[in-house]
Amino acid sequence: MQHRISEFLVGLIFGSGLILSGMTDPGKVIGFLDVFGAWDPSLALVMGGAIAVGFFAFAVAKKRTSNFLGGALHLPSSHQIDKPLVIGAVLFGMGWGLAGFCPGPGIVSLAAGQPKAAVFIGFMLAGMFIFEIIQRRSVS
Amino acid sequence: MEIDWIHFTPWLSMGGGLLLGLACAAFILINGRILGISGILGGLLFPRFGDIAWRISFLLGMGCAPMIMNYIMPLGVLDAPRIDTGYLAVAAAGLLVGFGTRYGSGCTSGHGVCGLSRLSPRSLVSTLIFMGFGFLIVYVVRHLVE
Repeated sequence: MQHRISEFLVGLIFGSGLILSGMTDPGKVIGFLDVFGAWDPSLALVMGGAIAVGFFAFAVAKKRTSNFLGGALHLPSSHQIDKPLVIGAVLFGMGWGLAGFCPGPGIVSLAAGQPKAAVFIGFMLAGMFIFEIIQRRSVS
Repeated sequence: MEIDWIHFTPWLSMGGGLLLGLACAAFILINGRILGISGILGGLLFPRFGDIAWRISFLLGMGCAPMIMNYIMPLGVLDAPRIDTGYLAVAAAGLLVGFGTRYGSGCTSGHGVCGLSRLSPRSLVSTLIFMGFGFLIVYVVRHLVE
């Protein structure tokens, strides 16, 4: 139960951070990506602020074997820079630039009742589903 | 380079960023998980037993954020979202983001915030590439096509 409450609150803080920072405004995201037009540097500060806090948290996490509630600490084990990592990032970057939505802000905007966010999330789930199907075929 | 001073929101964006960092910090230290939205959501498509509730709790919290923010933020502090992209492009963007983030094991949160925070070379490569292609696509759409 402690875990469920914590996860809920973390989700709430994360979603609020996305709204406050301007990440849920696709126009602002595209304004940041438009370095050759009128550039809005705000999102660089979002990243900077987030990493400034995250850096210390992960420095602590790396030295621990369990989380504060006594459970497992799931840190990624993959270190390889491979084709899926690169191609995945290329496709994601193209989609991000096209509409100004990434997954988190898409979900929050959907919850805020934005019709275009609903379309975005619907097709995003379809894209994720296609990935799962291909992944499962290649394994079996 | 020309700066868009009208839309530049240094304090709100920095404050929002600190909240994002705080959430990532709490998630890894208290729950022992990387806060990556594409992974959290993607894991629900073919869910495994015992690996569902934490994802739902987190997403529900995220879904309540607009309501809470509407309640606590004074009117007019935050700009109304500008969504100029048409429905067809939004749909295509959704497909690209959905497939790309799962194939590439993460998005802006998992690679961009958590990955860079833990100094992961994989995440640095991913972030440089998705940002680079974001710049490229916006350049093509805004300055070549329009």
